[in-house]
Amino acid sequence: MLLVLACIGLATGLGLAFLTHAPNRLVSGRPIPLTAVVGGASLVALLPGVALLAGPFLPQRRSAHRLVAAAAAAFLVALLWRAGAQAAALAEIAPRAARTSLGGGFWGLFICAALALVDAEHRLRLRPSARFIAGAAVAGAILLLAGSGALDQLAIVREYAARRSVFADAVIRHVAIVFGALVPTVLLGAPLGILAQRRPALRAALFPALNLVQTIPSIALFGLLIAPLSALAGYFPGLAALGVAGVGVTPAVIALVLYSLLPIVRNTAAGLDAVSAASVEAARGIGMRRGQIFRYVEMPLALPVFLSGLRIATVQAVGLVAVAALIGAGGLGAIMFQGLFADALDLVLLGAVPIILLALAADALLDLAGERGRRRPA
Amino acid sequence: MIELDRVTKRYGNSIVVDDLSLAIRDGEFCVIIGSSGAGKSTALKMINQLIPLSAGVIRIDGKDAASVVPEELRRRMGYVIQSIGLFPHWTVERNVGAVPALLGWPAARIRDRTRELLVLLKLDPEGFWRKYPHQLSIGQQQRVGIARALAADPDVLLMDEPFGALDPITRDALQSEIARIHRESRKTIVFVTHDMEEALKLASRIAVMDRGRLIQAGTPLEILASPANDFVRDLVGQDEVGIRLLSVETVGNRLRRGEAAPHQPIAATASLRQALSRMIAERTDRLAVADAEGRPIGALHLSDIVRR
Amino acid sequence: MSAKRNMPWRDPLLWTTLGFVALVLLMPLLKPVFAALFPRLERPLYEQDSFVDLAAWHIALVGISSVASAAIGVAAGIFVTRPAGAEFRGMVETVTAAGQAFPPVAVLAIAVPVIGFGAEPALIALTLYGLLPVVANTIAGFGAVPPAVREAARGIGMSERHILRHVDLPLAAPVIIAGIRTSTIINVGTAAIASTVGARTLGSPIIIGLDAANIAYVLQGAILVGSLAIVLDLGFDRLVRAAQRWRRA
Repeated sequence: MLLVLACIGLATGLGLAFLTHAPNRLVSGRPIPLTAVVGGASLVALLPGVALLAGPFLPQRRSAHRLVAAAAAAFLVALLWRAGAQAAALAEIAPRAARTSLGGGFWGLFICAALALVDAEHRLRLRPSARFIAGAAVAGAILLLAGSGALDQLAIVREYAARRSVFADAVIRHVAIVFGALVPTVLLGAPLGILAQRRPALRAALFPALNLVQTIPSIALFGLLIAPLSALAGYFPGLAALGVAGVGVTPAVIALVLYSLLPIVRNTAAGLDAVSAASVEAARGIGMRRGQIFRYVEMPLALPVFLSGLRIATVQAVGLVAVAALIGAGGLGAIMFQGLFADALDLVLLGAVPIILLALAADALLDLAGERGRRRPA
Repeated sequence: MIELDRVTKRYGNSIVVDDLSLAIRDGEFCVIIGSSGAGKSTALKMINQLIPLSAGVIRIDGKDAASVVPEELRRRMGYVIQSIGLFPHWTVERNVGAVPALLGWPAARIRDRTRELLVLLKLDPEGFWRKYPHQLSIGQQQRVGIARALAADPDVLLMDEPFGALDPITRDALQSEIARIHRESRKTIVFVTHDMEEALKLASRIAVMDRGRLIQAGTPLEILASPANDFVRDLVGQDEVGIRLLSVETVGNRLRRGEAAPHQPIAATASLRQALSRMIAERTDRLAVADAEGRPIGALHLSDIVRR
Repeated sequence: MSAKRNMPWRDPLLWTTLGFVALVLLMPLLKPVFAALFPRLERPLYEQDSFVDLAAWHIALVGISSVASAAIGVAAGIFVTRPAGAEFRGMVETVTAAGQAFPPVAVLAIAVPVIGFGAEPALIALTLYGLLPVVANTIAGFGAVPPAVREAARGIGMSERHILRHVDLPLAAPVIIAGIRTSTIINVGTAAIASTVGARTLGSPIIIGLDAANIAYVLQGAILVGSLAIVLDLGFDRLVRAAQRWRRA
């Protein structure tokens, strides 16, 4: 496995451009190979990479896996550092409008190193909490690197620098919309799930409807909501004053709630299904009332499945809000699409990469919460 | 003739089958018995190469089993397992016909053979062959499992605790079934179990294993009357030896010919154990004995059962 | 089920498919309806491309990527569950699990800096993203084959290839098809957004409509994309049920 990754990493790292340098953001850049970036003292920085190459030939022991994991993590940071340093060096001799972007070679090496880290974590059989800490450590190191200004001349960071407040606003707005939709979803969906689990007739009516909603692509649902909402805002000016409009946040939140209902309702019902009848019967036998049985037996046992549904809904929501930028809801998607429409590719990355990171972070955090929920004695 | 010659199986540092040498003659019903982990299933699975040997040779009719392509070897042996393993997406008919289909038999021949086997296993073909395994009871499923194993008319039948998952009544019925099939077809059957009762009921020869080693091999009578060591003695059960010895002998051996006795006769082929049970139930010390056609041929006395 | 066999006109798949085809072909006839609903719009009907062309491109985009991701995904799933590929399995499982957390629209957008604009990045992004549910479901499907069945299959003398073809694949088929279904339905939505990266699909009226504040365009695109998704979903539902026919005997 590691051998395959090493080969792919080497092939892309040496074959594709490590960085690209363009005189301005509209023209495609001239490729800068890895060899140009590595020289003299900076060779030390790429030592972890060499260690990774040795990885496939080491005996399969825990110490070897730990070495590979550490080397991979260090290599990820080192790659960024060298890229940043090279960009800074180029910036000193180039006009202000020039751009140095991360090239295919960089991404190839970066992704292979990340996969090597994942593989090593897997062979070490780390629990989600341990993996989370490892990921946070790498993220922390990268943030420190960024904070120290070492990455400032990379095109993507310069795009960020040019619109710092816009970016911050977009992130806040993105997270706010996700939250703003999930809260009503849980408040509405969890009780619905409980009811559906107790009443098969409700279940048989509700689930197909929610499934139908899930099938409709998000952009189509957003589109279908615009007309009636605009009409509504037109007829009831009071609503318009509240901020309800055909485009923007309103249809986004409504659609988000509709989409998020399925995982929440379905997983609430499934979680309750999974609580064994024997546990409930035992609780009744020792004299617990309905409400107590729910609170002390059913809820704790159904919690892990519910949290799994919440995780699915949240990750899905991050992506949906990105699409909602097209109907004017703002958020990180707006930056991403702006880049696409203007053919400014680093702007696209400035939007897309945080969206992905946000989704991954939400996934990891809720996975961690789920693990805690599973370990709590019921 | 299946010959296990110093067969050994090692997993890392643990030895699961240790220097096992056993000869199974044609037509024998050889039961391999031992407690869990004794290596008996492993030994069985080495015969059809499901588990490769670490050392030693297994010869089948003189030829080294390892010299044959494993799939071909297995198609020539029937294999029945405790968890049955019928193909859930195939009808009963297709399940039974699995090996003939692998061997390339023409469809008509497969159909006839399937029908024949379902009848043999007391399953009505019309009712069953369109059904799927999940529609059958577990006892019926295992009957189909046995039919599948017999489909290509193999000379050898390998059975790995086949009745372990069945309820006692079904188990009893299927034990009688397999005993009957053995009597009628004279196939070689290698049967693994941990149940001494089952072994005594079915075996013509018993091989006792403990922790990978063969402790004793012999007829049921030999195992009961002269156990090789304490392990075998415990396996047989101290208190049960006497009763178990009774189930090994038939009425025909001890009856007094020509004598008459009152009430319902007992078959000459019944075991002494069944005779004793009847005597106790009917509060008599004599039973009339009849042959296969039901004609009275003599009487059995309680004192003859007890006396050597 | 028998209702559908005896009265095929009652079959939901049939009339949703007919409905979709009708909408695609006859949308221009609805121009007066849109004109009446949105009197202030100069152009109540999307006329830059014919809806038939858009539908064809959209279906082609989704179709090619689905077939590709199904073929590659199932092959990868088979490889990883055989002894030869066992060491790749852990990582493949982790990557597919993490990958499904990536929002599809972000994957689409990232394809552009790497490959450029047009239908190619869309195709690649859709195929890559579509791989994830297929691989995950293939692995899960094979895992659900009861070990007793496999042991029996080996014991009666089936070769590994025979077992794969006659036991593993048929038994795993419902789960695998469900995975292909998931990836296809997601791809219908992502393909609609692919007009932002230069591909022309049924999403183009929606995107252009949003840009020009033309709600009629948006509605036309949305209705067609939504119907396509529903038709495909019903079709896959039928396939999944067919693969499980023996269970309902």
